[in-house]
Amino acid sequence: MDEDSGSMKRIAACGAGAIVTKSIGLKPREGYPNPTIVELECGILNAMGLPGSGIEEYNKEIIKFKSINVPLIGSIFGSNSREFIELGKKMQGYGADALEMNMSCPHAKGYGLEIGSDSTLVKEIISKVKDSVDIPVFIKLSSNVSDLKCIAKAAEKGGADGIVAINTVKAMKINLELRKPVLANKIGGYSGKAIKPIGVRCVYEIAQVVDVPIIGVGGITTGEDALEYIMAGASAVQIGTGIYYRELEVFRKICREIESWMKTHGVKKLSDLVGVAHL
Amino acid sequence: MNELMIKNITKSRAEAKDIKTIFFESQKKISPGQFFMIWIPGIDEIPMSVSYIERKINGITFRKVGEATDALFKLKKGDKIGVRGPFGNGFKINGKSILFLGGGTGIGMLAPAVEEAVRKNISSTVILGVKNKNELFFENRFKKCGAQVYVSTDDGSKDYKGFASDLAKEILSKNKFTSILTCGPEVMMKKLLDISKDIPFQASLERYMKCGIGICGQCCIGEGLRVCKDGPVFDRKTLRNAEDFGVYKRDAAGCKIKF
Repeated sequence: MDEDSGSMKRIAACGAGAIVTKSIGLKPREGYPNPTIVELECGILNAMGLPGSGIEEYNKEIIKFKSINVPLIGSIFGSNSREFIELGKKMQGYGADALEMNMSCPHAKGYGLEIGSDSTLVKEIISKVKDSVDIPVFIKLSSNVSDLKCIAKAAEKGGADGIVAINTVKAMKINLELRKPVLANKIGGYSGKAIKPIGVRCVYEIAQVVDVPIIGVGGITTGEDALEYIMAGASAVQIGTGIYYRELEVFRKICREIESWMKTHGVKKLSDLVGVAHL
Repeated sequence: MNELMIKNITKSRAEAKDIKTIFFESQKKISPGQFFMIWIPGIDEIPMSVSYIERKINGITFRKVGEATDALFKLKKGDKIGVRGPFGNGFKINGKSILFLGGGTGIGMLAPAVEEAVRKNISSTVILGVKNKNELFFENRFKKCGAQVYVSTDDGSKDYKGFASDLAKEILSKNKFTSILTCGPEVMMKKLLDISKDIPFQASLERYMKCGIGICGQCCIGEGLRVCKDGPVFDRKTLRNAEDFGVYKRDAAGCKIKF
């Protein structure tokens, strides 16, 4: 969802506190051929390939979305600092309330993780984007790196206002009958329940080394899942695949479940739970 | 869980020029109007509405229009395809008398709906709209099942000469229907919506699809209506409120293309 204004409005109406757009690049991009997605036992594997109409066309979607009063986080992907700057400036100009730099897509050549696994590059790009825009800048990181703490620290040093973790986890599905990978791109990113423990671990590790807020994401389908991320150190969470398992109402359901958990456990403020697992 | 299943094609049959049906075994319950994601290994995966619902056997009917359907067209009995689904909502088939309007390959997916209507003793009138008589298929199937059948051809090579929506206008002016079910070119369905006043109306839409399970957003119309999950069948009120209906669709990149 979140590829056009209509779907973003619908998600907002289902109780999401903010919307993250599909990752937007400079030019229209078809993404990979189908199959781009397949459901597995404990999650969903996808390799969409960053499809999108490109930033110029996306302007119209943002304008239409801004008629409702829900914060919009513009997700962008570029292959170098120049592209990220241009995208960031345009997103800000179109009315995005914050930026999310996608440095973690696990299956797009020249983009995402290929940039986000180099801490020097991460720091350089984020500091240049920060110099070019006034809105908060978040960076979405991947678990598929050898030293996540080092990259998170580099992002903070570069001026990131928040860190989003994690993106989908690099994975593959082979069909036995056909003896070949199912996804057209062969390798994809795994999301859903299976990756929650990986995401929780990543958020926990990032919280050990940075002071900026963390947004937790990966396999959250219930209020309890969200609370686990919050206790690991997340101040907010994102939901994507959860829509498949619990329909679009997943946002409201999760909020209600968090409230109900807090009530039975005598917790007054959700912020009191942020990072408590570290104590 | 919507796992991917590998199926052997049990039968492949030519229906008309460039139009074929392929059959495969399926144990899953499916209703008229629902669709599968059909994977032609090494080529593409595309949405295909069910055109035959038999005990343990399902069929899909399609025209050669591009790389994926060309490849599908060449497959023979025993060849393997991947199948996900069935997905989507399907038609609501009820009332006293239904007017069905199928345009082009849209005729295929209407067939199981007509058969179910007849089984439910609903008076069924079917208009089959094609460009010329070489593209007509399923006419005998509809007649045999007990529906009243009209054919329109754009070039007049068979029966009514002109657009199916114009023939529908004539038929609507002379008969009473409790609902209208349609599948075909969107401009045709939009015309039918406009001329059919307030008769309950259901149209099956086609959009470029990727996930098929309601999460990627590729096929959304209007205010976030997912053709794969909330549709592909939508009613009059929903279509009236969706600015895209009959106006534009979106390509693989999400860019709008006018019909």
